[in-house]
Amino acid sequence: MSEQNFSSGPLEYQTEQSRLNILGFWIFLAAELALFSTLFATYAVLSGRTADAPAPFELFEPTSTLIMTFLLLTSSFTCGIAVHEMRNGSKKGLLTWLIVTLLLGFAFLGFEIDEFITYVHEGATLQSSAYWSAFFILAGTHGLHVTLGAGWMILLVIQLMQRGITRVTSRKVFIVSLYWHFLDVVWIFIFTSVYLIGMVM
Amino acid sequence: MKLDEFFVTGEPLIYGGMVAIVLVTSAIIFLLTYFKKWKWLWREWLTTVDHKKIGIMYILSALAMLFRGGMDALMMRTQLAVPDLNFLSAQHYDEIFTTHGTVMIIFMAMPFLIGLMNIVVPLQIGARDFAFPFVNALSFWSFFFGALLFNVSFVIGGSPDAGWTSYTPLSGAALSPGPGQNFYLMGLQLAGIGTLATGINLMVTILKMRAPGMKMFKMPIFTWSSLITCFIIIFAFPILTVALALLTIDRIFGSQFFTLTGEGLPMMWANLFWMWGHPEVYIVVLPAFGIFSEVIATFAHKRIFGYSAMVWSIIIIAGLSFLVWVHHFFTMGAGAFVNSVFSVSTMLIAVPTGVKIFNWLGTLHKSKIEFSTAMLWALSFIPSFVIGGVTGVMLGMAAADYQFHNSYFLVAHFHYVLIAGTVFACFAGLTYWYPKMFGHKLNERLGKWSFWLFLIGFHVCFLPQYFIGLDGMPRRIFHIGPEWFTLNFLSTIGAFGMGIGFAIFVYNIYYSFRYSKRETTGDAWGGRTLEWATPTPVPPYNFATLPEVNNIDAFMEMKEKGETTFDEKKLQPIHMPSNSGKPFIMMAILFFASFALVFEWITLAAIGLAGGLIMMIIRSFDYDEGYHFSVNEIKQIEQSRRGLDHE
Repeated sequence: MSEQNFSSGPLEYQTEQSRLNILGFWIFLAAELALFSTLFATYAVLSGRTADAPAPFELFEPTSTLIMTFLLLTSSFTCGIAVHEMRNGSKKGLLTWLIVTLLLGFAFLGFEIDEFITYVHEGATLQSSAYWSAFFILAGTHGLHVTLGAGWMILLVIQLMQRGITRVTSRKVFIVSLYWHFLDVVWIFIFTSVYLIGMVM
Repeated sequence: MKLDEFFVTGEPLIYGGMVAIVLVTSAIIFLLTYFKKWKWLWREWLTTVDHKKIGIMYILSALAMLFRGGMDALMMRTQLAVPDLNFLSAQHYDEIFTTHGTVMIIFMAMPFLIGLMNIVVPLQIGARDFAFPFVNALSFWSFFFGALLFNVSFVIGGSPDAGWTSYTPLSGAALSPGPGQNFYLMGLQLAGIGTLATGINLMVTILKMRAPGMKMFKMPIFTWSSLITCFIIIFAFPILTVALALLTIDRIFGSQFFTLTGEGLPMMWANLFWMWGHPEVYIVVLPAFGIFSEVIATFAHKRIFGYSAMVWSIIIIAGLSFLVWVHHFFTMGAGAFVNSVFSVSTMLIAVPTGVKIFNWLGTLHKSKIEFSTAMLWALSFIPSFVIGGVTGVMLGMAAADYQFHNSYFLVAHFHYVLIAGTVFACFAGLTYWYPKMFGHKLNERLGKWSFWLFLIGFHVCFLPQYFIGLDGMPRRIFHIGPEWFTLNFLSTIGAFGMGIGFAIFVYNIYYSFRYSKRETTGDAWGGRTLEWATPTPVPPYNFATLPEVNNIDAFMEMKEKGETTFDEKKLQPIHMPSNSGKPFIMMAILFFASFALVFEWITLAAIGLAGGLIMMIIRSFDYDEGYHFSVNEIKQIEQSRRGLDHE
């Protein structure tokens, strides 16, 4: 609504509307935090309830999970570089690093899909027990978020190519980067409380 | 699927409902076509992003839902009036108490209050609209289509019948096959998107778009209560989202969260549901407290007593609301220690609530009370709500709750808090802000008839239920024993009294539209806060210029100084957002997807979901920057609405 403009600060903060959007997105992330907390709590309550299906430590693979963690953490870093390039006004740098981020994100998703398929072949499916339902929904919700984030980033890459770095596109890139870092944080919790603990239990 | 499985068959009452739906729909289509109003409907309403119009649409939908939920209630009360009556079958009775509860909480109370917040909050803080007007329209249509989805269930597919709490395992696929429960899950999920979005939207609006000088502790109480409500929405609604999604996945895709097989935990549903559900009752009661505070201050002609105590008690109630959910199922057997903890936290809530009661009484103390209809609703709220609150503390004692649980004592308690709290507030708020919304007051004489009938009906209906409950009558039974006849019959009479009260209220809307005197000033009641500083009807941009706020009662200060929101020296062009049909279309597509998922037509649902995503992509590429009102246009609008052009 408001039109007041500011000349100081980074480009994405220079219109009142952008400031509102960024604050709104932070609050949205708070809601996402509540959403993932509920899923984590559900997972914790249902852990150990594997019924006739295999136990998690029989299936979890330290190597592939570590690679996934590495891929996603690096993508968060490259996403940070992309925003840095944007603030330097380099459209080419921004696009390059966004695309690197996307590739890392897709590699992560590839590993995750492969992991899910392996588990299903080993007899651990969404339907096989309460524990595995909770596992697939928690990890799957994160994976779905990454997919949506990647799709969103592709849209922004197209818009950046069409319009360059403007007050609006810079705000959009900044917001998608917040989202991407948030998903990274969630993954760290999944890595520790699902995979690391699952491997020793 | 055969057609007779798709439509609900065999119930005369439902056939009646179908005929009514067909008649009303055809009448609406005919009238819109005959008066050539389709374009008007699309341009002025379906595509609007104006918070005032969206608020009006919320309130109209909520009134329709109040009618629907009320009809359910009257059917239940008719069935229970006389022992062993067979007006409704057991199945039909189950469906009706389920839809009554769900409709009243999710599709009546919340949208009614959100509608009032939509209209009033930006005006109270001196904002020109919400922070995100497009998202606001999206929120409304998500609620609208969610409500539509839930409501078609009674003619298509069959209503849900597992209670508004939808406890598992009863509501799981094994014990409740068919589309009924899916309607509940998808209807709430669709509407929930909008509620969460409104929570974020309104929070940013209140935090960032206040008039110059309006510090947090200078905001009107209704705005404060809306802000805290947003906070609760943001942290409670994701829990509902997850709970609904998990049960949907259980039912449709065979996961084992709440099942009796596969080591699922049915009791986890009760926990998740009430971790949302208890904050939810504060989502519908805190804004009500806010409305009463505004109404009481205005008609006591006094500044609200104990402003900061009021605000802090709202904040404390909001915090505690997340810490009491187990009191809804003490009898589930969590153990003495857990029950004691939640018992204590429950009783703690009575403290800040009591503070608020004394603040309202303090405001009334030695004041000149003007007994307008809105004020009557607010005044009657205080003693009625106290009865509900005190019986709530009784229920909060875990040991005693083993006696009260699942009885009519509980039913009486929550109707006392929700009707005396929320419904009275909706009527009070609508009556109070009506002139700001429509440019004329509701007729006071009819308003008082409706008030007295509703109030007396309410007490006659629910006070006996405390005693039938103590006498041992359980809730959710469809036949009463002869020993409970007298009090039940009395209760039914009361229910019809409330029904007549509501009918008069609705007639009053029509009557006042025809005969009420039109407002010439924007200040219908001698208001204290900024919404009354705007001219009536409120211009699309709300405020031509903004005052400097130094006082809680900002408009009182302006009146003393002789200021208005039309200071010709300070005029500047005003930026406005463009109307958009996208929110309507996007939610219509998601409605289609949800409907398909209800019947487990996975391909169709996937197509619908893809359609929703495509709409989001289209929106992402939309760089529409809106338009401006020029200084001259603003001058013209303000002069005509303030009656300055006749001089």
